[in-house]
Amino acid sequence: MSVILLLIPFSIVIAAGFLGAFFWAVRSGQYEDTATPSMRLLTDETAKVRRDNLDQERGS
Amino acid sequence: MIAALSQHPLRDARNVDSAGAAALAVACFHCGTPCPDRNHVRGERSFCCLGCQTVHELLQDQGLGHYYDLGATPGRRQPVLTGEDRYAFLDDPSVRDRLLDFASDETQRVTFHVPAIHCVACVWLLENLFRLQPGVGSSTVNFARREVSIQFDPRQVSLAKVAGVLDSLGYPPDLKLSALDSRRGSAVPRRLWLQLGVAGFVFGNTMLFSLPGYFGLDAFSGPAFQKMFGVLSLLLGLPVVLFSAADYWRAAWYSLQQRRLSIEVPIALGIAALFAQSAYEVLSGYGEGYFDSLAGLLFFLLSGRVFQQKAFDRLTFDRDYKAFFPLSVIRLNRAEASAGTEERVSLAQLNVGDQLRIRHGELVPADSRLIRGEASMDYSFVTGEADPVQRRVNEVLYAGGCQTGGTIDLEILKPVSQSYLASLWNQEAFRKEKDDTFDTLTNRYSVRFTWLILLIAAGAAAFWTWSDPARGVRAFVGVLIVACPCALALAAPFTLGTAVRVLGRRGFFLRNGQVLEALARIDSVVFDKTGTLTVTTGGEVKFTGPQLSPEDLRAIRALASQSSHPLARRVVVSLTLDSGDAPEVEEFCESLGQGVTGRIQGREWWLGSPEWLREAGVELTATVFEGSSVHVARDGRYCGRFSVANSLRPETDQLLKGLANDCELSLLSGDNDREAARFRTLFGLPATLEFNQSPARKLEFIRSLQDQGRSVMMVGDGLNDAGALRQSQVGVAVVEQIGAFSPASDIILEAGRLPRLGALRTFAGTTMTLIRASFVISTLYNVIGLSIAASGNLSPVVCAILMPLSSVTVVAFAVGAVHWFGRRAGLGPVLGAGEQLS
Repeated sequence: MSVILLLIPFSIVIAAGFLGAFFWAVRSGQYEDTATPSMRLLTDETAKVRRDNLDQERGS
Repeated sequence: MIAALSQHPLRDARNVDSAGAAALAVACFHCGTPCPDRNHVRGERSFCCLGCQTVHELLQDQGLGHYYDLGATPGRRQPVLTGEDRYAFLDDPSVRDRLLDFASDETQRVTFHVPAIHCVACVWLLENLFRLQPGVGSSTVNFARREVSIQFDPRQVSLAKVAGVLDSLGYPPDLKLSALDSRRGSAVPRRLWLQLGVAGFVFGNTMLFSLPGYFGLDAFSGPAFQKMFGVLSLLLGLPVVLFSAADYWRAAWYSLQQRRLSIEVPIALGIAALFAQSAYEVLSGYGEGYFDSLAGLLFFLLSGRVFQQKAFDRLTFDRDYKAFFPLSVIRLNRAEASAGTEERVSLAQLNVGDQLRIRHGELVPADSRLIRGEASMDYSFVTGEADPVQRRVNEVLYAGGCQTGGTIDLEILKPVSQSYLASLWNQEAFRKEKDDTFDTLTNRYSVRFTWLILLIAAGAAAFWTWSDPARGVRAFVGVLIVACPCALALAAPFTLGTAVRVLGRRGFFLRNGQVLEALARIDSVVFDKTGTLTVTTGGEVKFTGPQLSPEDLRAIRALASQSSHPLARRVVVSLTLDSGDAPEVEEFCESLGQGVTGRIQGREWWLGSPEWLREAGVELTATVFEGSSVHVARDGRYCGRFSVANSLRPETDQLLKGLANDCELSLLSGDNDREAARFRTLFGLPATLEFNQSPARKLEFIRSLQDQGRSVMMVGDGLNDAGALRQSQVGVAVVEQIGAFSPASDIILEAGRLPRLGALRTFAGTTMTLIRASFVISTLYNVIGLSIAASGNLSPVVCAILMPLSSVTVVAFAVGAVHWFGRRAGLGPVLGAGEQLS
């Protein structure tokens, strides 16, 4: 059962990783506008295409 | 939200329009308006105007045709192509610096309010703005707020140009004076989300550590595990106590300084007791403590706070006159070289003595003197006067009036911020924040509760100390822990939060849950007249006098249609005549604000006010007339009058009758008292009716009612009610359209919902009863917990079960009961998907 002594800290580190992801999501403003992302989904351009377009625009 | 995309009310309205005209014309490919001609065609696509066609071609050429796949006719009609110089004033540093959210040499960011955003195609197009305009970087739309945030490179494109591009696409930014003030933040602050996240994280993990102990799994309850779990729990518990609970420490400390016992005091006591006891147990190796209960407590409390922060993003409840005034006006250049030319400047750049040009439908931004043209000022929103007033050259126009008629030129007499209208905001009522945070049901209950708990804790400690001092300490701490009013603190947030949601779905938009508490206590209701109980357009027009022949009616219509006076226009609209061409009017002459005269088919017609006709030598049959009236004379003989009623909103009489049962009613109007008799019958004898009230007088009236110990609800619509709305316990702003400007208030109500105001008040009372019922449930749990704790036998497992169980029961009861009563409160139907605000 002493393996638990090792597993518990592991699980906490992983959970802390998720907490970190949550912090990032809040800090990047994802909780401030919950309506628009659901609409963005309906336009069939992906975020990547948008970014590529943007890069192209800047490059030219 | 998805439903909102396809069923947007504006879209529907437009479809109905176009369906009616479909037999005649093709709908514009861009905006859906029926095309009046076939002048603007490209391929198989027809357009109603050059503007729409230009936007369409621009989008096609830039590869943005996808816009039209996302929604049928997604555009807005664009009859005039606007020039970019319209926004040139934005590049003035004094304006630009206050408008930008962020500025550096390489990149700047601005957020514009764009009311035209209405569908998924709008979001897509605006977020692809960078393809249309070099220099524009990313742009992000906030649909709920109708805002677009644009990042751009100031070396390549100016702010004015960015605004110009938006305008040219049919998305003109709505630039009001308030845009210069700081932006409002989101409803739930980021910090609160983070606090909730930490509490949830710790709750989950410590619960796992505690479970073996609770289930008596011997393999995991050996000393090594107990030690490790204990230390880990303590480490995890620290951020909860220091970060997640920070607001409770602060609030409790503040309320102690103010010498009052708010709900935060027993909560803070409970947290402190929990943490102290747990830390002691862990450090002394005696046990694992109550860290799971501690984190759970904070998690539930913070969830309640997040839930309560429900906000309607499209609505702003704290707007002042600045949100009503435009950011820019047209100034006439006075420099010799360019005298008389127009330039658009921001209000901030205006000086006393500047000359302005105001067009039809525009606002007078500052108190000024009329120097050219004939002003017909609509002050209904500003003073409550129902009819537009006529002003001649050299007369003074007050800020806020809306010109209806031709173009006029003005000279500014006073700075914008010192106008008659703005001075209302210097009143005391606007300087202090409405303090609705302490005197709540929860806090009143918590005062008694806290004393009682301290008494029980001390009693239990004293009782046990006699025989077993250690047990005495345990009992004291145990009572504080168990009595921690988590369920109590959750009852109000969840009940009120749910009620605000239920009401929002039915068209009542509340600033926050506390408004309901104030609403339940209301015993006086004060109404504004113009725009609130009555509508200024669409009233009934009735002719009194001998029957007129169709020829006569045609003549009157022809004459009245020559005038721009609103009463004359109402007469024209009411005279829907059958066939027959309008006869020609000769020798037409208009006395501004008095009447019109002209010769039609050889007969002389007079149309105007009774005084004016009398001066012209016409004998009138009566002397006193109720309401507004237009009098008719033919060849010097009186024919009769058109009475134009200020139309009352439907069901107003039932509303007033219902409220009169247990409320004192009053009417405060900025308008004259010509309709006093009519409103006396509506309001009943005990009611106070006051006319010709200035905004400051209205505020004063509310204050005097409050000084008599009354709890006042003010129902108004205009800027003239702003002071009264602010001063009253509950200010209700009535708007014709949700999202349109409304003065600062606690509740925003679409006008059609006004008759349900009585039901809303009753529902608020029901909500308070439900909170009290939740208190009873939470107290029952406390009694059970206390009886265990007072005996000094509280174990972590009892605590870990009791605390979440009581919270969950209270939350489930609150949410369920509010929904159940909300459906039966007679609040009217649930709004359609397109009208819902997120």
